[in-house]
Amino acid sequence: METNKKKTIFLVDDDVDYIFQLTKMLENMGFEVISACGQKEAEKILDEIKPDLALFDLMMENKDSGFILSHRLKQRLPDVPVIIATALTAETGMIFGLDSEEDKQWIKADLYLEKGLRQDQLHREINKLLKI
Amino acid sequence: MNTLKLLIVDDEPGIRSGAKRVLQDFTVGYPFMDEDFSFDIVEAETGEKALEFIENDTIDIILLDNKLPGIEGIEVLEYIKKNNYDISVMMITSYASLELAIKATNNGAFNFVPKPFTPQELKTSVENITKNLFLKRMTQKMKEEGKEIRFQFLSVLSHELKSPINAIEGYLRMMQEKQIGDNVDDYKEMIDRSIERIKGMRSLILDLLDLTRMESGKKKRDLRKTDVAEVAKTVIDSIEPLAIQRNIKIHFETEENTYMNADKSELEIIINNLVSNAVKYNVESGKVFVKIFHSDNQLQIIVQDTGIGMSQEEMDLLFQDFVRIKNEKTKYVTGSGLGLSIAKKMTELYGGTIKVESEADKGSTFIVSIPVIKN
Repeated sequence: METNKKKTIFLVDDDVDYIFQLTKMLENMGFEVISACGQKEAEKILDEIKPDLALFDLMMENKDSGFILSHRLKQRLPDVPVIIATALTAETGMIFGLDSEEDKQWIKADLYLEKGLRQDQLHREINKLLKI
Repeated sequence: MNTLKLLIVDDEPGIRSGAKRVLQDFTVGYPFMDEDFSFDIVEAETGEKALEFIENDTIDIILLDNKLPGIEGIEVLEYIKKNNYDISVMMITSYASLELAIKATNNGAFNFVPKPFTPQELKTSVENITKNLFLKRMTQKMKEEGKEIRFQFLSVLSHELKSPINAIEGYLRMMQEKQIGDNVDDYKEMIDRSIERIKGMRSLILDLLDLTRMESGKKKRDLRKTDVAEVAKTVIDSIEPLAIQRNIKIHFETEENTYMNADKSELEIIINNLVSNAVKYNVESGKVFVKIFHSDNQLQIIVQDTGIGMSQEEMDLLFQDFVRIKNEKTKYVTGSGLGLSIAKKMTELYGGTIKVESEADKGSTFIVSIPVIKN
């Protein structure tokens, strides 16, 4: 009998293919996945779910969609770790991150990741945040 | 030679004439500056006089003494800051104190030079302040010229290009690791999606080329008498296969004599963007109507669909670069997010406009109006 309940991950991205692939990856790691395509869709279910971890894309309908979702989730569930993933990198010149004090006050993500991570790397980061 | 207007404010005539003598033949050069700067020097013996100059003249640099008979130098500085004058100020005073230096710097003084100074010290200070002023104005100018916008455009672009690469790479890895078994047929959907993403990327690159050519003004425009209806017919024929796949019927209606002076390839881009959107954002078995006719002195190209439509909020964003309406109904539609922005810019080349009317789940109508003289 399984006593260990599966942990749930809330996955939000505006790229259907990325959702498909990540869902597969996360399920392979033994997680339950709730996904939403885009910020708007995520906001519809955000207040009703209680995930163990959230994985948000940064740029969706807005350039800072991921930050907005993270902020809203943390208001209700401050202990749920949030990972922000993005295809943006320093090489484009646009360094995403927390430049100003004002940003640091409201943006509360636990980890920033660049997209295109391998399964084992992602798994390690998630386990660290979930303290598994 | 560029000339900067430099105001010396000091109650001691000796300082004023001395500084003037040192600076009148002095020039400042910068490796990437086209021309050197020289100085047109004016003098004021009081703070009040200085304010008059600031108000009535275009002053670039001020050498400002603090200890003046009437209002003090620091008050002149505060006045400049309060009114946002584009002037660089260097404080000069014999009563140098740390407190005054801090106050002056807080009020935007560029630097602080204690009296007495040698001619070389004065030259070095003026050289620094000139270079700083040049850079400051250059940055401002670049911002105004939209370099900032360009930078943002490129950042978004790289994001838009990376997303499909990530998606395709992801699928390839899944296939490489044979994640769903050994049967090739099981991977059909992944392969189809990969091809779809490659198509999207290709259209982004093509759109980007159109946009760059247009914006650089480098594209040679070939303006000649062109039959708009004929162009529309060609475009519709090329989109037809895509429409048939989804059982969408394209109806075409046109007046006689739909000629205008235009570049055929530009018209093609405008009409192609509108008609392909009307198909892409349509429902299965939907309809598209393309109509071309004159109304007053305008030639109108109307593209109407029975598709998914838009909200007002979505319509407001529609013609901006990289805006793609993302929702449940559009998530499988690929596109560059540049098509309508290009169509709008091209229409504007002809002094025309694009308008959109839409209702969610009913469909959208795009109306291109181009002024023409009907003969």
